[in-house]
Amino acid sequence: MSGEAVDTGLSPAPVAAADRPGTRLNRRRRQRLPIGPLEYTRHWWLRLIVAVTFALLYAPILTLIAFSFNNSRRNIVWRGFTFKYYEKAWHNDSLIDAFTNSLTIALINTVIATVLGVLVAIFLWRFRFPGKPVYEGFMALPIVIPEICMGVAMMAFFARIGWPRDLPWPLSLSSITIAHVAFSFPFVAVIVRARLVGFNRELEEAAYDLGAGQWQAMRDIVLPYLRPGIIAGALIAFTLSLDDFVITFFTAGPETITLPVKIFSMVRFSVTPEVNAASTVLILITIVATVLAMRMQTPSRSEGGG
Amino acid sequence: MDSWRKNPVVFWALNLPPTIWLVVFFIIPLGLIWVISFGEKRGVVDIEITWTLDNYLRALDPLYLGIFWKSIWMAFLATVVCLIVGYPVAFAIAFAPSRWKPLLLLGLMVPFWINILIRTYALIAVFRTRGYVNFTLEWLWEKAHAALTLIGIDPTWLLGARFDPLQLLYNNFAVNLGIVYAFFPFMVLPLYANIEKLDRTYMEASLDLGAGHWRTFISVVLPLTWHGALSGIIIVFIPALGAFFIPDLLGGTDSQLIGNVIERQFKSANDWPFGAALSFLLMYATFGALALRSLIAGRKQGLEI
Repeated sequence: MSGEAVDTGLSPAPVAAADRPGTRLNRRRRQRLPIGPLEYTRHWWLRLIVAVTFALLYAPILTLIAFSFNNSRRNIVWRGFTFKYYEKAWHNDSLIDAFTNSLTIALINTVIATVLGVLVAIFLWRFRFPGKPVYEGFMALPIVIPEICMGVAMMAFFARIGWPRDLPWPLSLSSITIAHVAFSFPFVAVIVRARLVGFNRELEEAAYDLGAGQWQAMRDIVLPYLRPGIIAGALIAFTLSLDDFVITFFTAGPETITLPVKIFSMVRFSVTPEVNAASTVLILITIVATVLAMRMQTPSRSEGGG
Repeated sequence: MDSWRKNPVVFWALNLPPTIWLVVFFIIPLGLIWVISFGEKRGVVDIEITWTLDNYLRALDPLYLGIFWKSIWMAFLATVVCLIVGYPVAFAIAFAPSRWKPLLLLGLMVPFWINILIRTYALIAVFRTRGYVNFTLEWLWEKAHAALTLIGIDPTWLLGARFDPLQLLYNNFAVNLGIVYAFFPFMVLPLYANIEKLDRTYMEASLDLGAGHWRTFISVVLPLTWHGALSGIIIVFIPALGAFFIPDLLGGTDSQLIGNVIERQFKSANDWPFGAALSFLLMYATFGALALRSLIAGRKQGLEI
């Protein structure tokens, strides 16, 4: 730790060397160099904190996933690899029903929430009007208020207006879907709006000059530009809905259980490897959807500046 | 940006569908809960709105007041732990070599995407009496036992005759751990964003002028990244305050938080007016936290976001 205060002028050089995907020689040279003033990641204590944090973050999740393949009902020690519990989960009708419900709700939610979110984003970007800050505040409410408050509000609302409870299957999910749209479309709006910030309005004006009308300019210029943002928003809406437990817990009836609610009741009842299998499937779906969403949000190389 | 008058048709076409949805399926339900919180329970489902304040007064009952304080305390404690652990981690990611950075960030975000309920459940398998933490402790105990026997000290005096697994679940410790585990990434990401933006020449200047690393952190890094910490504090504190399934799954009989009480009023006790009053108190606490944040952030103005 000595001498850091002295050689600041030299520090860019070792950093640059460290950045290069080093050859062995390079790496060895770096080991010998004294630790530069801002090379915090070369201090063992910081490395230790990061390593321990990541270990603590991942150990429970990895254990959960590993135990979904464990050939033991009590799931305390490893007894060999098996797909048995996935098979069991597959044949568990109520689990599959819950899963089907979850996917159906998530898909319908994605369509509606994406449309509404895109409308909000375009409209807030495009217009100024009196009371705009207040309007934006209300739009942000579903994001900031505690989930449980929204959950009980939806529960009371559907009970009070007498929303029919015994509708045939896809319609029986309507109350949950409506609640999901209400909390997820503001998130879509935030994501799409972030994309709109980089939009060059001259492109739209050029379209008007070339004789396009309002709708045609929107359809041919603005929407294609927004596409990555829209897809990212749609994927986020999908995962938010698929993952939601609290709000669904309050709006779901006994016949309309979703996968997280089902997992919750299974966990409360007893801990079985089937729960691990169901959880692993849910983890996999959300991670894939979110990675795709992230890919969409980062500007692609082919696009060139926008 | 156009004035809305320039294009009223487009304005309303874009505006109406989301606004109607938000008003009908969000604002009205919240308003309904607000009205119910001034009602009185009559029979199983009947609620008469009498504009009484009894439900709010009932929340002042020492029992519920205690639970409120406990929720705030637990959320505060979890936030502090997240902050203390979050700073070095965010720091390490921001200062990591560029080829490590995306990997570390991704590593932090993946747990963030996994369902909180599932992550809470995952903690159970690790922390139960026959879980990995206790297995590790038992293993350490056996080694220590053997070592002491080897050097001729009677281990029973120091370590006891046999290993007693620690009761790590179903108590307040577990609830706090669960909250920290669930919301930790919410803290690190805004912190990271702010540390990344930090102009490092300030730190170099501070170190050049003879300040140590600790001093540099306290008087340079902290004041400049406080905004990120504030965002992190808010987005950990608010959900922690309303958490109800974490105490439900990991807590014991005395770990009830305000979320559990609200849930009980709506799901089993069937006392909606009281539950509604409690949820509104929770919302007011949330708004209070948000207002406090903008107050603090406003004073440090000049730094945006």
